[in-house]
Amino acid sequence: MERIYLDSNATTVVDPLVKQAMDPFFCQMYGNPNSLHRFGTETHPAMSIALDRIYDSLGAADEDDIIINGCATEGNNTIFKSVFMDSLAKGKPCHIITSQIEHPSVLHTCQYLEKEQGVQVTYLPVNSDGIVTLDALKEALVPGKTSLVSVMWANNETGLINPVKELAEYTKSQGVLFHTDAVQAVGKIPVSLKEVPADFLTFSAHKFHGPKGVGGLYIRQGASITPLLHGGEQMGKLRAGTVNVPYMVGMGLAIELAVQHTEFYDTEVRRLRDKLEDAILALPDTMIIGDRKFRTPNTILASFKGIEGEAFLWDLNQKGIAASTGSACSSEELEADATFQAMDMDNNLSHTGVRFSLSRFTTEEEIDGAIDTIQKTVHRLRAISSTY
Amino acid sequence: MAKNDLLGGSLWDNYSAKVADRMDNPVYQGEITEAEAEAMNAKLIVADWGAESCGDAVRLYWAVDKDNDKIVKASFKSFGCGTAIASSDMMVELCLGKTVDEAIQITNLDVEKALRDNPDTPAVPPQKMHCSVMAYDVIKQAAAIFKGVEKGILDDDEMVCECARVTLKTIQEVIRINDLTSVEQITDYTKAGAFCKSCIKPGGHEKKKFYLEDILKETRAQMEIEAAQKREVPFAERSTFQKMRMIENFFEAEIKPLLHKDGGDVEILDIKENGADTVVSISYKGACMGCSSALTGTLSFIEQGLKDKVDASISVSVE
Repeated sequence: MERIYLDSNATTVVDPLVKQAMDPFFCQMYGNPNSLHRFGTETHPAMSIALDRIYDSLGAADEDDIIINGCATEGNNTIFKSVFMDSLAKGKPCHIITSQIEHPSVLHTCQYLEKEQGVQVTYLPVNSDGIVTLDALKEALVPGKTSLVSVMWANNETGLINPVKELAEYTKSQGVLFHTDAVQAVGKIPVSLKEVPADFLTFSAHKFHGPKGVGGLYIRQGASITPLLHGGEQMGKLRAGTVNVPYMVGMGLAIELAVQHTEFYDTEVRRLRDKLEDAILALPDTMIIGDRKFRTPNTILASFKGIEGEAFLWDLNQKGIAASTGSACSSEELEADATFQAMDMDNNLSHTGVRFSLSRFTTEEEIDGAIDTIQKTVHRLRAISSTY
Repeated sequence: MAKNDLLGGSLWDNYSAKVADRMDNPVYQGEITEAEAEAMNAKLIVADWGAESCGDAVRLYWAVDKDNDKIVKASFKSFGCGTAIASSDMMVELCLGKTVDEAIQITNLDVEKALRDNPDTPAVPPQKMHCSVMAYDVIKQAAAIFKGVEKGILDDDEMVCECARVTLKTIQEVIRINDLTSVEQITDYTKAGAFCKSCIKPGGHEKKKFYLEDILKETRAQMEIEAAQKREVPFAERSTFQKMRMIENFFEAEIKPLLHKDGGDVEILDIKENGADTVVSISYKGACMGCSSALTGTLSFIEQGLKDKVDASISVSVE
């Protein structure tokens, strides 16, 4: 069976060029980069090139740090726990502002700090467009008290893009640190740390056709962190642990290729996304969450009235199509979709959401095949439905 | 946590082939019209349970033979995930040919068992058990409509874990009898909380009236009060309030249930302290009034019970 992958916000296929670039660092140049001998040092040029590619792709200055780590979850944990440790050391209370629609690696970390460590956390709501606003931030931020503001660049479920530039600028003007989880933005839309004065930014290679298990944490010059992992002297002592050389090399090429494809993404991926979106909207009683002009070019969160999200995924999967849902029945945690709830939408919608996310490898044939299967699925499951 | 908990995620791989097949090709999906039911000399029952906003909703159609109460035709419609649709389909199959009273006996556990490929392997993973509970509830709802009563009358009282069908009373009993101190132990003994986990504590898939954490806490607290009462302060040194409470508890737990069985009842009118003695004034009600043994056998049974289980200083007078 031909398979169609439309779950690229979960993870992406590794670009074959990236895999090729990583290959020599498994069985030939496998030395520990910290070693003095040639096995170690021969890895350095490739690591240096990877670092250049990552810095260039994000518009980072040489004075800034980008720590190569295991994933964006690690980067997010590092920032929040560092800010908490810092306020402990200074003996002052810790106040963190984030949003209601963050990824679990932010939300659950905040909830842990709030419930177990007594940190005060403010969760900003979104407006009716599903976006975090400057007004909401202004209301919550207390100069001299707030320690950190963290708002995701783009949302994983809806693809909705937050105004991080103005949020970061305002936060900085109040003398407060700003972090953004840019996992769903890097490789999909232009991300420039020259434009956005964030102190911290986190990203993950496997969302832009790099390998899983490697990510990065950007730290602007002047901002400092307490490491999450203590140990050796890797990454300027900010993240101990032997550097995963092949994965770092892979991430370097992957981010460069992703940035080179930004234009392609904005035109071709967007065109296919819009084609799929229009086909879904042509079906009766369907809706798409969030205006498409506010979204990353690859993401659709659709609601099909009368069809439970997981049942929809089941039918798609039987036909070889991968999509996803944030709704109740899909996960072991059985929690309702935070994005729907935060957007204050009709409660019924939180169980009918299905997310389709494309990549630059998605083809027109795949989209046509998906449209055909989606139409059949809607027809079959609505015939069974007791609520349609 | 252990090796098997580390990866997670393979939800659908743990479905039986029967569940997958019933999801892909439900046999009993559809509606029954009034006219169809009438043509079969049957009464049409249409029952709804759940709601789209809860993530699960099911509608059950029964055509019930007007002469013998047998379900001669049945079908369903469902808003739910694959296991909800498969469970509904199997539930309908189990209803067919049964009388309404027989159908009420079908539980979600029967539905899940019928969906197994082999008897020892569950048809769905634990977190999906709650989907079959809908199938159980909608049968009760259909039967209630058929009988013209409220569904609550047909429900087992105070069901705490609907997935494993464990009542409040059972849970309180196992805590007491086995001196349980953790929710995990309750789950080991009763299977309550082993499936969708909603009944363990607030914040799960469904809101519940009772949570295992609270039941454990309250039962342990009650057990401690009782133990303290037993080991520490003698009856004579207790406050009047505590004496009253102990006597009342004895009547509620030991006397009234027995009298209720015979249609009788008893009421405590007063409790007086007379020096070192305590006198309990009672009056009989219901079938006990005028019963020949009320002033002889029953009275001495009550008085002896109080002397044995509460304190020897207590006597009883009938008003």
